[in-house]
Amino acid sequence: MEETRFHMGDRVRVKEMYPDGHHRTTYFVKGKTGVINRYFGKYKNPENLAYGGDGLPLRELYWVEFDINDLWDHQAGKKQDKLYIEIYEHWLEPV
Amino acid sequence: MAHSHDHHNGGHVHHHGDHPHTYSQDPSAHNARMQSDDAYREGAVAQVEHDLDYYQVRMMALMNILREKGLLTTDEMRRAVEEIYGQSPAIGSRIIARAWVDEGFKERLLADADAACGEMGVDTTGINRVVALENTDTTRYMVVCTLCSCYPRQILGQPPTWYKSFPYRSKAVTDPRGTLKDMGFDAPDDVELIVIDSNADCRYLIIPQRPAGTEDWTEAQLFQLVTRDSMIGVGDPLTPEQLEEAVQASGQAG
Repeated sequence: MEETRFHMGDRVRVKEMYPDGHHRTTYFVKGKTGVINRYFGKYKNPENLAYGGDGLPLRELYWVEFDINDLWDHQAGKKQDKLYIEIYEHWLEPV
Repeated sequence: MAHSHDHHNGGHVHHHGDHPHTYSQDPSAHNARMQSDDAYREGAVAQVEHDLDYYQVRMMALMNILREKGLLTTDEMRRAVEEIYGQSPAIGSRIIARAWVDEGFKERLLADADAACGEMGVDTTGINRVVALENTDTTRYMVVCTLCSCYPRQILGQPPTWYKSFPYRSKAVTDPRGTLKDMGFDAPDDVELIVIDSNADCRYLIIPQRPAGTEDWTEAQLFQLVTRDSMIGVGDPLTPEQLEEAVQASGQAG
């Protein structure tokens, strides 16, 4: 079993970073708390690939599950509704 | 570099770089105006036409530079475009029909979609990872790329215009049930609706539920029921009755 930084069921917060340039972390999940529900493996870092880099070192990629109503000030869905989104390890911190 | 075209194109649509545009970044204000203000609608159409001109000119300039530098020939560009438009949702429909008749294949599709696509002769090497998700009586998935237009093009062809539109990309995550309703589909109150933001390396294929009344149908018959929208998760496959109506309508039209 590959040793990963996060594990299924871990509660994580998406870091509230606003770097210049290309990144794949959507604004509406920054600062929000969710749960790891799948590990996809290691992938090239798009923040480096976007500028012609080699994308290394590889980054662990996770699915983070949010209650959709935790993401917005308004009621966005039923209480059981979710959003799943792919987040790279360097954008996550343990809660 | 096949993987990166989504992101780079999308970045342009999203940021526009040096090319200012007038759309509000607030989705609710945008939607309200879209519904109530004809002048705004006309302005939006003018904006789209202007943007198309802008990107067409830019694309032609880029093609000329590539040709002049001897990096690509006209024929290579033509073949690449033909390849892109040769991809269609029928590829996905074949995969879904197989999953409906072959439980073992469905299990493999859910466990490792790239390998399962390979079994069907579908090459997904241009995608970092394909993920198949199965709708059930209690769980439904719908896919959006809020950042740009990420889409499993090798399986479903080019994304529909609405998938790339700002209203869909914003409303799918701020009001997913309302979004489905807009598209003519009511999600049952008690179902768990899961919005998938296709924002990074994975591309998603939804396995819709096999329609009732098709228990004795063959794989080739079932194929005709699988719509593109059902594989994005914003609708159901056709029912046998709807297929019958569609066949009759096309017969009359012909």
